[in-house]
Amino acid sequence: MEKLYVELESKSENESLARVIVTAFAARLNPTLEEVSDIKTAVSEAVTNAVIHGYENGEGIIKLICEIDRDYIIVSIRDEGVGIEDIEKAKEPLFTTREADERSGMGFAFMEIFMDELYVESEPGKGTTVLMKKKIGIGE
Amino acid sequence: MQAKVKGNTLILIISGDVDHHSSEIIKQIADKRIMENNIRNIIFDFSKSTFMDSSGIGVVIGRYKLVNMAGGRIAAVNINPTIDRIFVISGLNKIIERYDTVEDALMEYQKG
Repeated sequence: MEKLYVELESKSENESLARVIVTAFAARLNPTLEEVSDIKTAVSEAVTNAVIHGYENGEGIIKLICEIDRDYIIVSIRDEGVGIEDIEKAKEPLFTTREADERSGMGFAFMEIFMDELYVESEPGKGTTVLMKKKIGIGE
Repeated sequence: MQAKVKGNTLILIISGDVDHHSSEIIKQIADKRIMENNIRNIIFDFSKSTFMDSSGIGVVIGRYKLVNMAGGRIAAVNINPTIDRIFVISGLNKIIERYDTVEDALMEYQKG
């Protein structure tokens, strides 16, 4: 088992940095190009949620933990922000609390589609943790 | 990102990843041009971009709403397989016209 711990300031500039970090770490599993873009998309969605919704575009720290366990990549993204009142509702495709900002409401749907497993833990005022898991190398 | 105006068509040449961060910049540049140049149609050229997340969907649909009310059209061109998947899964495919190149889209617009 290999593990990586990173703390990022909650800034939109760091969304691309988070994608690069996770995909560089996942490269140890020799993922296909498609698997790389799946992970990239899912990480991007989770970190964007932390920036926009968790910290409401304000200050905060996003904790990123990556793990490689046999042929699985496990990514956990945690914010200490406002939290989610109704997780099931938030996960519904096209549901967004930020229509005026042209958010598509597809964030959680994409995490679900592009990863094998998605777990969301959140409580109002207590932040949000998103845990995603994906098996690498299914195509081989 | 680069923005070019040809007649009443705005061509947005997107470079780099389309995420929440870059989306805000794309929207600002696009909307300024749309207002200033009396834009009717928009072409998103993805030739210099290989990644788009759900933020990009918001940008495309947002611009679609802007020009669609006035009868304008939106197209996406030069879409690589990664961005193509986002277009298919999100259903963007159903509302956005797609062509291989900018020239193909412009030709279609000229036909009216």
